[in-house]
Amino acid sequence: MSEPTTARLHPAGPTGLPWAWIGVAPFFLFALLFLILPTAFLVVGAFQTADGAFTLQNLRDLGHPSIVAAYWISIQISAASALGGAVIGAFLAYAAVGGGLPAWIRPTLMTFSGVASNFAGVPLAFAFLATLGRTGLVTWALATWFGFNLYSTGFNLLSFLGLTLTYLYFQIPLMVLILTPALDGLKKEWREAASILGASTFQYWRRIGLPVLWPSLMGSTLLLFANSFGAVATAYALTGSSLNIVTILLYAQIRGDVLHNQNLGYALALGMILITGVSNIAYIWLRGRAERWSR
Amino acid sequence: MKKSTFGPWLAVVLGAAYFLIPLIATVEFSMRMKRGEYSFEAYRVVLGDPRFQASFSYSVALALATIVIGVLLVVPTAYWVQLRLPKLRPVVEFITLLPLVIPAIVIVFGYLRIYNSESWLPLTDSARGTDLLLAFGYVTLALPYMYRSVDTGLRAIDVRTLTEAAESLGAGWATILFKVIFPNIRSAILSGSFLTFAIVIGEFTFAALLDRPAFGPYLQLVGANRAYEPAALAIIAFVVTWACMGLIQVFGAARGTAQK
Repeated sequence: MSEPTTARLHPAGPTGLPWAWIGVAPFFLFALLFLILPTAFLVVGAFQTADGAFTLQNLRDLGHPSIVAAYWISIQISAASALGGAVIGAFLAYAAVGGGLPAWIRPTLMTFSGVASNFAGVPLAFAFLATLGRTGLVTWALATWFGFNLYSTGFNLLSFLGLTLTYLYFQIPLMVLILTPALDGLKKEWREAASILGASTFQYWRRIGLPVLWPSLMGSTLLLFANSFGAVATAYALTGSSLNIVTILLYAQIRGDVLHNQNLGYALALGMILITGVSNIAYIWLRGRAERWSR
Repeated sequence: MKKSTFGPWLAVVLGAAYFLIPLIATVEFSMRMKRGEYSFEAYRVVLGDPRFQASFSYSVALALATIVIGVLLVVPTAYWVQLRLPKLRPVVEFITLLPLVIPAIVIVFGYLRIYNSESWLPLTDSARGTDLLLAFGYVTLALPYMYRSVDTGLRAIDVRTLTEAAESLGAGWATILFKVIFPNIRSAILSGSFLTFAIVIGEFTFAALLDRPAFGPYLQLVGANRAYEPAALAIIAFVVTWACMGLIQVFGAARGTAQK
């Protein structure tokens, strides 16, 4: 807690503060050039006409049905894969942390989660084509062993459900990785105290477990949402441009100005930043609340 | 309180199935290239493809450049913030988290607009310039992971005492950084580096939109045109990811700190 004294403890020389700032100058210059300015350019451009005059027309044009549809299907896929990933990931993490399983399960699960949460992009699309595609192994197994023709049910990997199932492959392990520390924070004493006072397992979760975990669960779900909202490569490799999600639309816009308005493209990007921004800010806020219990 | 372990076992078994079945399916699919028998034909074709070799080595070189630039940028900054400017920590942490907030496709869109041929810094005019821009872009993408890894490493050592000891022996700042700080947080730097490598090696969006011949766009191209080779490539990519994560475990074991 005595952080502010460090500067005095360690005088930075005759030039004082400016000299100390030179040490972080490269970092700030880099962040400005390759993170902040490029984003700011798009944000400003979203409020400009092609001639550079101020306008709100680009934002209004985002209301075009095809653009709204693109945002909407992106939001749906991200929400479905975030919720699914959060629920399944939470059960999986809880099973490993507090399920009374052999000790080797937990480190194994963590290692596999580390790999799977990073196994995204184009190769993931290939893996799911080999699994649930028309000639995929699971499709074949279902047809051969159970006489169940997956594709006659209207299932298609290049669809909402298909993309959600594919995203779950990195969402579930990501949830396991984020939630495990929060589950470790559930103190054994709380559970013991509750059961001494006669609480059932259900009552324990309803009155203690879930209220304490709630911010972590919500926050992690939002992080998962933002994680899949910005994803491009898996969807592109899986569906080409047949599925109209907002990242694919933006990709086509960058490639060939399919909206026939550069500044509308900037507004499209701004909309994406706002959506991922809001869910990340909410995540950070919820994480702050969650940390109250771990002190 | 003795609980039944049926539910937890079920969760773990289902989770393992979700993780393993696509891998098994991909391995099986990749070996189907020769009709009527299993073979490694698809791997032979892929590994023998000159474009595979070219794009893979391009991405490896780019990943190494990204790691070098990233380490040289992040380590001195995190060190300096910890030692002299602790008040800046929240600001620096916030900036390093921004690449998780701003989607990669948006960042590269901005690059294409402010570093094009008409701009004040026309990086995309030449192939070398674009390579540099791509490496900087990857440093940005890896920033959250690299910074967090290095920062965790720095917190685990006594930066102040080490610095003062080195100073009292007459060491300059370069000596302190490279001969004292770097060796002490070597495992943290290596963890960040392997994670960076795993992110960069198959990255698609940046490379495709900057139009560079990297591994990610090559994967996409093969996927659009071939049947069995994509499965073989997916397995190769998976092995690379697995190797990176395994190396993180090996080097991180000494510290016992979880990544990510």
